[in-house]
Amino acid sequence: MPPLAIETEALGRIYKIRGSKKEKKIRKELVALADVNLQIETGELFGLLGPNGAGKTTLIKILTTLLAPTTGWARVAGHDVVDAAAKVRPLINMVSGGESSGYGLLTVRENLWMFSQFYGVPSKEAYRRIDELLKRVGIFDRRHTKSADLSTGLRQKMNIVRGFMTDPDVLFLDEPTLGLDVGASREVRALIREWVDDRRSDVRRTLLLTTHYMVEADELCDRVAIINQGRVLACDTPSALKQHLQKDAIFEVETSPLNGLTAQTIEDLPEVRTATATEHDGGATLNLILVEENALAHVINVFTQKNVRILKLSKREPTLEDVFVDLVGRSMADVEKGGESSEQ
Amino acid sequence: MDRSTAAVTRSETWRSFRIATWLGWQIASNWTDPLWFAIYSIVRPVSRAAILVVMYGVITQGNFSDPLFPYIYLGNAFYSYVFTVMNGVSWAVIDDREHYRTLKYMYVAPIRIPAYLLGRGVAGFLTASLSVVITILAGVLFLHVSFDPLQADWLLFFVSLAIGVVMLAMMGLVLAALSLLVARHSGFLAEGVSGVLFLFSGAIYPLDVLPVWLQPIGYAIPITYWLELMRRSLIGSVAEAFPTLAAFSNLELLGILVGLSVVFGVASIYVFRACDKRARERGLIDRTTNY
Repeated sequence: MPPLAIETEALGRIYKIRGSKKEKKIRKELVALADVNLQIETGELFGLLGPNGAGKTTLIKILTTLLAPTTGWARVAGHDVVDAAAKVRPLINMVSGGESSGYGLLTVRENLWMFSQFYGVPSKEAYRRIDELLKRVGIFDRRHTKSADLSTGLRQKMNIVRGFMTDPDVLFLDEPTLGLDVGASREVRALIREWVDDRRSDVRRTLLLTTHYMVEADELCDRVAIINQGRVLACDTPSALKQHLQKDAIFEVETSPLNGLTAQTIEDLPEVRTATATEHDGGATLNLILVEENALAHVINVFTQKNVRILKLSKREPTLEDVFVDLVGRSMADVEKGGESSEQ
Repeated sequence: MDRSTAAVTRSETWRSFRIATWLGWQIASNWTDPLWFAIYSIVRPVSRAAILVVMYGVITQGNFSDPLFPYIYLGNAFYSYVFTVMNGVSWAVIDDREHYRTLKYMYVAPIRIPAYLLGRGVAGFLTASLSVVITILAGVLFLHVSFDPLQADWLLFFVSLAIGVVMLAMMGLVLAALSLLVARHSGFLAEGVSGVLFLFSGAIYPLDVLPVWLQPIGYAIPITYWLELMRRSLIGSVAEAFPTLAAFSNLELLGILVGLSVVFGVASIYVFRACDKRARERGLIDRTTNY
């Protein structure tokens, strides 16, 4: 049986944050990761799903040897990321989304060739892989363009090629579609899927993907760990995670303005597990997870008392968003708006 | 370390150095078109030397036959290696982390970071060499510097140059290590350090000019002996005109330079390892400050 691609035990990271000039001696501690235990099989496409500031990037930084953990340990491809970092690096690669890194004075091809050389890929093979991947993400015609002259999205595509080009055993993609338009995101997901399908015949490859897009995690990942405030709250296949909510009744309700009614008021009703509300022009959308359908009557009653009209009511299948709400008590968007960021 | 691990380490080190040299040269030479780059490469060193010559001419009322003039001229010319090589190595950290945002990808790649940084410094060595050649040529042709290529000790010149450049690169590695920890303003490190060393290394005046209590600093810096050797190798009579290091033979100076360079070199490796470890602990490898 092949060794685990990624293994962590009691992994934690605390950042010490310095105060302003006046409070120089005061150091705050920020818990970015706490007690993370993960076991990712070789050949798995694993997703880390959580809001901004959940600790996803911190975990990737530790696993890619960029950051030392404060507690616990982590192994990648069987090697400790602290004590045997030099053995880990030839086996991995990483791409961070939402940034436009690269040497602007070099062309797309030169940038990629240079990185391939750092990994010891022979030039001829490197150019073959580069051209193939550039065609795959639709920027082959820009291969001789200096990367400074590329848009942010195209630079990100170049970086995604950089990650796949070295054909690593373990690939880390940190929010790979962040900042990309819909079409480009679709192309990147297709590339990831292709890599996933290809790995079926070659079990060496493993991919760890962080995202705060539920659909991305649901669509791509074999297993997903839901992470919030540095802690892994649940870890299973997307279908198994949703399965837990299968017995619950999940409703989406579109209403007229809520007239002061809050999600909390609804959540306090008997047999309502969670309720989230998003207000928008001319009304609101509520997502309700009910222990049983009968509870809907209580909710409708409250709407009536507050003169809130129901415009549309539909029952639907659970999504990963519902799983997140069920675990955290708030939607991911609410957590991002209100939660203290710990992403580093 | 077994043989195969040692072979992998050597291969990674050479690969890191070689590709970083290519990258450093691309960055150094591609910022403008070749014509402007050539003009810049000539005008910059000649202007710097001309300023020094004008100042010397005004102060000494045009006494260019004094041995102090070639002493200052050559010291100034070779000193351009100090800033350029040290900065070439250390600036790579700032440049990759803050500007190109690639430092983290370098750290994730299977390369030897010190070898990579030293490779990035090679472009600095090449541009400084061009600058030194142009400066000395301009000095001989237009600025009264008496230099006879047939009298020069070329073996001593190239040996001293090679040792000195390696020594400067290792000093640059220390600055690179500090740059990993000092997020803001670390771009000024090489400038500040080379400025301070300029005072104590006898670049444009003999060490005797300094107060007695400051002179030991100059004697502890390998750059002092390196500059003396560079001057002696090209114009032997210059060194004999000043008493500071006259008691030492060329071989003795070379020995001191090698000894001090080894001490600085070993120290720089330890400093780099310590700072690198600290940077990983504090999460500074990819932290940008947006200054």
